[in-house]
Amino acid sequence: MADKRPVRWHIGVFLAPAVAIYTAVMIFPLFATLNLSLYTTVHQVSQFVGLGNFRKLLGDPNWSGQFWNALGNNFWFFVVNMAVQNPIGVALAALLSSPRLRGAAIYRTAIFIPTILSFVIVGFVWKLILSPLWGIAPDMLAAVGLKSLFAPWLGDAHYALTVMALISVWQFIGIPMMLIYAALLTIPDEVIEAAEMDGITGMRQFWKIKLPLILPSIGIISILTFVGNFNAFDLIYVTQGALAGPNFSTDLLGTFLYRTFFGFQLQLGDPNMGATIATAMFGIILVGVCIYLFGIQTRLRRYQF
Amino acid sequence: MSQARSSLSRTIAAHAVLITYTLIALFPVFVILINSVKSRRAIFAHPLALPGPGSFDLIGFTTVLQQGDFLRYFGNSMIVTVTSLVLVLLFGAMAAFALSEYRFRGNLLLGLYLALGIMIPIRLGTVAILQMMVAAHLVNTLLALILVYTAQGLPLAVFILSEFMKTVSDDLKNAGRIDGLSEYRIFFRLVLPLVRPAMATVAVFSMIPIWNDLWFPLILAPAEATKTLTLGSQVFIGQFVTNWNAVLASLSLAILPVLVLYLIFSRQLIRGITAGAVK
Repeated sequence: MADKRPVRWHIGVFLAPAVAIYTAVMIFPLFATLNLSLYTTVHQVSQFVGLGNFRKLLGDPNWSGQFWNALGNNFWFFVVNMAVQNPIGVALAALLSSPRLRGAAIYRTAIFIPTILSFVIVGFVWKLILSPLWGIAPDMLAAVGLKSLFAPWLGDAHYALTVMALISVWQFIGIPMMLIYAALLTIPDEVIEAAEMDGITGMRQFWKIKLPLILPSIGIISILTFVGNFNAFDLIYVTQGALAGPNFSTDLLGTFLYRTFFGFQLQLGDPNMGATIATAMFGIILVGVCIYLFGIQTRLRRYQF
Repeated sequence: MSQARSSLSRTIAAHAVLITYTLIALFPVFVILINSVKSRRAIFAHPLALPGPGSFDLIGFTTVLQQGDFLRYFGNSMIVTVTSLVLVLLFGAMAAFALSEYRFRGNLLLGLYLALGIMIPIRLGTVAILQMMVAAHLVNTLLALILVYTAQGLPLAVFILSEFMKTVSDDLKNAGRIDGLSEYRIFFRLVLPLVRPAMATVAVFSMIPIWNDLWFPLILAPAEATKTLTLGSQVFIGQFVTNWNAVLASLSLAILPVLVLYLIFSRQLIRGITAGAVK
């Protein structure tokens, strides 16, 4: 190997298809989109405007209102997902991993089912259930004496976004549950036994022993939730339409991008502004991922067994 | 004694919580499935009742099968998903093998380059992807979707598979080399069969987002002839929004294939996710 190295063509052959498709269909369009955001189209002629599109997006009241609205909604969407989905997911995983629990496989399989369903199914199923027309939700509330609490949530600008976020939680709870469950299984028995010897059991064992050990997994889940939420589109589009009603109260960056790029009703589609929004999303996701990688992940203590 | 009692009550509490959440997870799906085979009047009068002799009605399914082209949508989804999966697995395994087996200049950098796609969603390049597909006359073809999903699936596939391929014994591969096998044969005959469990994991993981995607079918292939099942049912439901029988039946038709596939592969999926744990 050391003295003469013939060209190892097979390495190239093994790598070529994956690298070619990945570069051509993913990396190249990504950078082409970033580039498109620096141009504008006037009378079908492309003109370089530098950061002009971004100035328009953040400064022009026609655009900035929508942008900040979508960004703020997206942030709230992410906060609800983080605050509800991940604690419940961790709690379910902790219960599932308790030793000698019967039927763990059945619970696991069942709780993961919503995650495999498409957004179309999830969106319409909940739309029907929450519909005042059909009356499943009001009847069920009436059964426990809380009928007065019912409101057509999806049609009310105050509640719609939070309800959408909770539907998203319902759909994706399986992912934190599974990943945390896997992480809990990797904790060696000796560690748990040593804790039991010292009289640390039950809840205290979870908080003092297990939770610190699964923090890296919780970090990964948080960043997955972040990327997924700031890229969300389908659930809102299916349930509330491209206009993200009522009155744009459920508009996320994804639906804003779709409307801008393709146009809707009277507004014409604008690829350059679409690319500008996509670039802004790219920046937001990049900042989030960097904060995680350099600010959080490096500080998490990893334990080797 | 007191400890035994407290552990019993703890077990009961654990089951109570898990059963409650299982009901929350399954209830919506259950409501759709039972109501899809009921008559219109029964759907509204007793939404939570099981279908009985008086209320059983397949009118929703007959409407859907007459009006919508669900068989074709299903076929399109199958073609797109299966072809993309085969390409992701084949190309992903080849690249993973090259990265994990050989030491060459730029190995680490190339690995990082391919891993970039795990964090950055391919959707952000949609504007340029559409322009590219228009230029290549691939709009409204299934090939456009297959290319996009292959690119989308490769980063994770390469990442997971190269981790697994590092565990394949060097002695085995070197024995193959001494016997005069080419590098290609070593890959296809020796390594690939050994990482089959990992391939199954990657397959299940990549399949769910491809099958369920709405964004790219909506943008790249919205024509009637190339609609996937997800897009087809979205459009169909949008049109029949007041025909509750048809809506519920089409939802059931969309749920059932995924549900059956999931129940067949669930053990594999769960083993895949917990693979790191039980290794």
